[in-house]
Parts: sequence; structure tokens; C-alpha cells
Amino acid sequence: MTETSSFVRTDMLPPAPPPVSQTGVIKWLRENLFSGPLNTTLTLCGLGFAIWLVQAAAPWLLHSVWNANSQNECRSIIAETWGPEATGACWAIIRARWHQFLFGFYPMDQYWRIYVTFAALFVAIAPVLFATLPRRMLWLSLLYPLVAFWLLWGGPIWGPVFTALGFGLWAAVFLALSVRLGVVVAAGIGLVAAAVFWIYGVGALEASMQSVLPLALPEVDSDQFGGFLLALVIGVTAIVVSLPMGVLLALGRQSDMLIIKSLSVGFIEFIRGVPLITLLFTASLLLQYFLPSGTSFDLILRVVILVTFFAAAYIAEVIRGGLAALPRGQYEAADALGLDYWQAQRLIIMPQALKISIPGIVSTFIGMFKDTTLVAFVGLMDPLKGISTVVRADLNWKGVYWEPYIFVAVIFFIFNFSMSRYSMFLERKLKRDHR
Amino acid sequence: MTLASDPPKDGFRLSMLIYDTRFRSVTIQVIVLVLFLAGLFWLLNNAYVNLEAKGKDFNFSFLWTRAGYDIAQTLIPYTNDDTHMRALIEGLLNTLLVSVLGCICATILGVFVGVLRLSHNWLVARIMTVFVETFRNIPLLLWILLMGTILSETRPSPRDFRFTEAMQAAGETPKASMWLFDTIAVTNRGTNVAAPAFSNSLGEVVLPGNIPVSLNALALFAVLAASFWGWRRLMARAKAVQEATGTRPATWWQTPLILLGPVVAVSLGLGFHLDYPVITRFDFTGGFQMLHSFTALLIALTIYTSAFIAEIVRAGILAISKGQTEAAYALGLRPGRTMNLVILPQALRVIVPPLISQYLNLTKNSSLAIAVSYMDLRGTLGGITLNQTGRELECMLLMMLIYLTISLVISSVMNLYNKSIKLKER
Repeated sequence: MTETSSFVRTDMLPPAPPPVSQTGVIKWLRENLFSGPLNTTLTLCGLGFAIWLVQAAAPWLLHSVWNANSQNECRSIIAETWGPEATGACWAIIRARWHQFLFGFYPMDQYWRIYVTFAALFVAIAPVLFATLPRRMLWLSLLYPLVAFWLLWGGPIWGPVFTALGFGLWAAVFLALSVRLGVVVAAGIGLVAAAVFWIYGVGALEASMQSVLPLALPEVDSDQFGGFLLALVIGVTAIVVSLPMGVLLALGRQSDMLIIKSLSVGFIEFIRGVPLITLLFTASLLLQYFLPSGTSFDLILRVVILVTFFAAAYIAEVIRGGLAALPRGQYEAADALGLDYWQAQRLIIMPQALKISIPGIVSTFIGMFKDTTLVAFVGLMDPLKGISTVVRADLNWKGVYWEPYIFVAVIFFIFNFSMSRYSMFLERKLKRDHR
Repeated sequence: MTLASDPPKDGFRLSMLIYDTRFRSVTIQVIVLVLFLAGLFWLLNNAYVNLEAKGKDFNFSFLWTRAGYDIAQTLIPYTNDDTHMRALIEGLLNTLLVSVLGCICATILGVFVGVLRLSHNWLVARIMTVFVETFRNIPLLLWILLMGTILSETRPSPRDFRFTEAMQAAGETPKASMWLFDTIAVTNRGTNVAAPAFSNSLGEVVLPGNIPVSLNALALFAVLAASFWGWRRLMARAKAVQEATGTRPATWWQTPLILLGPVVAVSLGLGFHLDYPVITRFDFTGGFQMLHSFTALLIALTIYTSAFIAEIVRAGILAISKGQTEAAYALGLRPGRTMNLVILPQALRVIVPPLISQYLNLTKNSSLAIAVSYMDLRGTLGGITLNQTGRELECMLLMMLIYLTISLVISSVMNLYNKSIKLKER
């Protein structure tokens, strides 16, 4: 038993290292790039394309000029430094005009207001985006729209303050009545009360407070807004308003009440059926027909309303998809627990439906933020067409076309890409299955 | 016996309209309806008063007056003596043309990119990811403007294509050259492409409404349809034979013959050849010229939409679990049949609805044509006609109606499809 032939090993051999082709870079290359003839061909094509792209763009980017006063100066600098045949990017145009791309024709000495608004934006959206922050910060988020409005457009502070009070009145009436009269009726009565306050109370109160304590910023006209400031004002407002509106429209479309349902369907299908451009033209051309003569209201406001409607109709459809994806058992369970309609929606249906619709909602937001460039066609100074046209019309910068487009494209890309990454983060965070 | 919770039966009181949940929904609906009708009436009344004040009326007879403006790209004959109605139709046709071509190109490119993005090849998958993220996250308007600018500002002028004898003698070469065996010349004025032509042409018939139809195209189309029908018969017969005897007759050589043979024969009979664009003193002649506005719009719409389609295709393929493929293999199906019988029917259920809504988006996005002055429906009816006649209300309403009709037609097709493939639940 203990006899062991001398040719049989008694101890383990140390493990041999794997063959070279099965480790490290070579293995990775073999598996991921050259695993077969087709794959190798694809790799070579891809490599060729990448090399072509780099060798086309690299010299142009390497020869960038940042300090110049005109396109010709750029060209002569490039020709001096890199030889007469060299091409190069002339970023000097961005250096000279970045403020117009970002802020339009906003008065330069008032830029601090934009900076403050923008910084406050991050404070206001942080508690909405990240649930780990203290919930009390949400009050800041609620106040933010009016603060931002006052900072950007200026004027006496009392207008926004009393508008906020109107919202407070609405909330108070709603809370007082909602138990006895139901959510919809209470909200309606609250709205009427707030509207009465806004129409008859605010003007007088504002004037009297202003005479007691004049707090005002210099006013800035809407037509001085432009560039990414305009895109953000339209985009952020539309995002904030269109989500609740879209939820209501989706619920309306699912509702048992025939009239509510047909109005919702009609609204959604109409808005989704026509291009945004026609709606914007309606805002700028037709509104004068449908409002009492002599009314004029701000073009930015009109555009914001139309863009919000547009986004809300799309969001409603996305959320309807989420509602349809919920198993019927969820509705039945809510009924079995004795929850009423709004409680069931708030506690059971919406949290799940919204979670399912996150990718769709965020891609609607991204689409809408990109669509803010279309306001150029009704005469607003969007960063892409409005401002680029203004800048390129300058004789000094005649012949520049890549640089402004690249600059604008990069900024849009950063915004939209981070939105889509955030949506992926949220999806992962809310995922409850297959942990 | 009555339960304690039974509603009181002592008649109807007015307060029940808001306190009683049975009637509350009716109350809410009535109030909403009244508010809606009041709002509608208010808007219409304003419109009536405002029109009156401006001395305008509301009618569409301007559509039958002389348009008086030119349209650069026309699919059916049009002169500026034609009516606004005719201009409207030209615009609509241009919209449909760029939309249909855009949908086809975007689908091809999108499927290609979507499939390659799933490739195991690391490099190709990354390149496709960059493609999708770049084109999805940057506004379409930028792509349209950029394409328009590149085509019209960076391309050489037609003069640079000239190759004179003096240049030949001096040993010079022209500054720019045509592509693809001299069939395509992209100048700063437009793209000149070789056009198919027939030396024994059958001529054309003119339909009522001055719409010419080429008999050559009709003949070719008829032949194609006949060969397709013949091919279907061939396949049906092969299947019948296979089911009767168990062996399928060889059809691989008959298929191309029956599909392509007659068309080639008829084309040769008609004297098919390519009419090449040739550079003359100032510009190219021959072939046909595509406007840069059209090309730029088409390219931009194609790449932008294809990024979305790629994501849809990728999601559709990923949605089919791997077990389906394995089950099909376990049943002994070959990879091709697995794809056709198991994967595709399920993946299409996921892919088609969002795909059609991308088509819808592309059609609506084609109204951005205004950025490169392509004369689509918005350029004719909503642009020059509107400005010339000053009838904003009529033009905008008509335009919305047309876009709405297109959308509703496409989305009702989609709803039919959705209904037919819906998973049957309780």
C-alpha cells in the first residue's frame, strides 16, 4: 500500500503558466478583435476608419489658434507657424464671442445674475436628483423658479413674492378641502382662489409694497435673451412643467370619464401629429388672431408654453406605456386595499409606472432640449442658428463654419449625454429585481 | 334587509353633486366640458372679431389663384403661372420624397449600426457606440446646417472640374475630379449624377392634371411585377413538390433568372444607358442635378434618425432571451431558420412600433427643411404662399391638417399592427 513506484510523483507540480496566447493582451486581442476572418476584416475596417478620422482631424486641431482678431489673422498665424498649406482651427472666434453663444445679448454688466441663477440651479435640482440629500432642501427647489425668474428678468421683487403667495394659497385651499371634496374639486377651487388673487390682488399689493420697500433689479427684455441661456430657460421650464402635465394627460387618457378621455386623446394626438415648427409658427403668427386685439405677450413665454405642451403630449404617451405595462393585479390589489383613485395612483401605480418609463421620459427631455434650437425660426436667438448666423455675419469672421458648430455641438452633447447617463444611474438605482 | 353602508335613498340633493362620489365624476366632466366649450367659443369669437377688424375673411379661394413664385425642385411640372394649390402639392410631394427616402436610408444604416454595436468585436462596437451617442445627442438642426454648409461652401466650383486641351498639353490635372467612374460630381452648386436614359424610349403619357408618366418606367415596373409573381409561383410549386415527395427541387438558378432576366431583357430592348454629366463651360450638363438643400436634408435626417433606429434594433435583439435561440437549436433548427422562425418574429414585435414612430418623427422633422431652403410643404404653403397672400390662418390650419393626416395614417397603421401582434392576456 505504501509502496510507491519511483516514477510516480508524490507531490503536486507547481501550476504551469498558461500559454502566451491565452493570457494578457494577446488573449484579449485574439478574443475581441481577431477571433475569425470576419472579425479580423471588421477590425481592419474599423482601424482604417479611425486612422483616417484622426489623420483628417488631428492636424486641424493641433494647429488651433486661440488669439486672433479675425479669420484672416488666424490664417496668417497658421501659415506662419505651420507652413502655407497647413489648415487649423480658429478658436479665436469662440474666445471673442463666447458670451454671445452662452448669453445672447444679455447686458454684460448683469452677467452675475446669470451666474447666480445657474449656480442656484444646481442647488435646486440636487435634492430632486439625489435622494440622499436632506428632504428639506426640496423647499429650495420649489422656490427656485420664481427666484430664477426674478434674477433673469429683473424688475421689482414683489411680483414673484406675491405670485409665490398665490401658489401658497392654492396649496392651502387644496389641503383644507381635499379630504371632503375630493382631489380634483379641491384643486379646481384652489386654482380659482389663486387666480382671483393673482388677477385682483397682486397688482395692488405689488405697487404698495414697492412704495414701502423698493427692491428691484434692472429689467432685462426678453429679446436680449439668447444662446444657451435661452435654450436652458426654455428647456428647464418645459421639463419641470411638462412632467406633471404629462402624468395628468396620461391619466386622463386612461380615465373612465368619457369627456376627460376624449379631450386628452384629442390634445395628445393633435400635438404629436404636427411638427414642433408649425406649433412655434402658430405661437408667433396665429396667436394674434385668437387673443383679444391689443393683447401682446412675451414671445419667450409663448414659445415656452408651446414647447411645454409639445413635451407633455410625448411624456403622456411614454407614461401611458408605463401604465399599460403594469400587470392588472396591481390595480386590483390597490382596489382590494380600499385605496381611492388618487391614493392608488400615488402609492401604487405611479411609482411603478414612472420607474418603467424613466428611459422614455429622459429621452423625451433630451429630444425637447435639442428642439429648443428650433426657436430660431420664430426669431429668437438660439445658440445654433440665431447666434451662429449673427457671429458669422461679422466680416472679421467670414468663412468660419466648423468652429461655432463644434462649440455648440459639444455643449449640447455634454448636457444631453449627462442626462442620459443620469437616467441609466436612476434605472440601476430603482431596479428591484435580479439583484 | 339593508346594509348600514347603503347610500341614503331619500331623494336627490344638490350637494350630492360634489359630496357623493357617484355624481362627482359627472359634475367634474360637465364643468370641464363647459369650460372647454367656453374657451373654444372665446378663441373663435376673438378670431372672428380680429379678422373683421383687419378686413379679412376666412376662405380658401386663394388656393386657385396664380402662385407666381418658382420652386427649385419639382416632381411634377410646375411653373410660376400655376396655382397655389399646385405649389402646395409640389411642397407635399417634396416632403414625402425626402421622408420616404430618409426612412429607407435610415433603416438600412440603423440596422447596420445596431447590429454592429452588438458585435463581439471590441473596436467596431466602440465605433458604433460613438456614432450613436454623437448623432443622438446633438440637435438635428445642427446636422442639417452643417451638411448644407459643407456641401455648398467646401466643395469645388464646377469650373475646377474642367480639363482643357491646354491643361493636357501643360501636363496639369484638374483641381477636382468626379467620383465612381465619372458618374457623380459634387460641386458647390449641386450634385450631378448620371441618369438612366433609354435610346428607344416609349415616350410618356400625360395624365389629367398635367402629370407626365414615363412609359419606360411603367413597362419596367410591369415586367418586375410579373417576374415577382412568377417567382412566387415558382416558390409555391417548389414547396408543393417538397411536401408531396420530400425533396425540394433546386431553384437557386431559377430565382435570379426569373427575377432579373426579363427586366434586363426589356431594358436592353429599350436601349438602356447612363446619361453622364459632362462639364461644359460653366456648369455640368446631362444627367440630373440634385440640389444641395435636398442632399443636405436627406443626409442629416438619415444619420440622425439612424442613430435612434440603431438603438431600437439593438434593444429588440437584446430583448429576446438567449433561451429562445438555445431552444430552437435544441429542436434542431438551423441558424438561418432559427433567425426567421424564432428570433425575428419576436424581435419585430419589439422593434416595429418604435421604428414606425421614428418614421413619423422623421417625417415631421423634415419640416426643418426651412433651414436649408428646401421647398417642402412648409416652404411652399407655410412659407411663400403664406407670405404672399397674407392668409396666415388658412395656410397654417391647412398645413397642420395635412401633417396631422399623414401622422394619423401612419399611427393607425401602427395600431393595426400592434393589435395583430398583441400578446393575448386575460
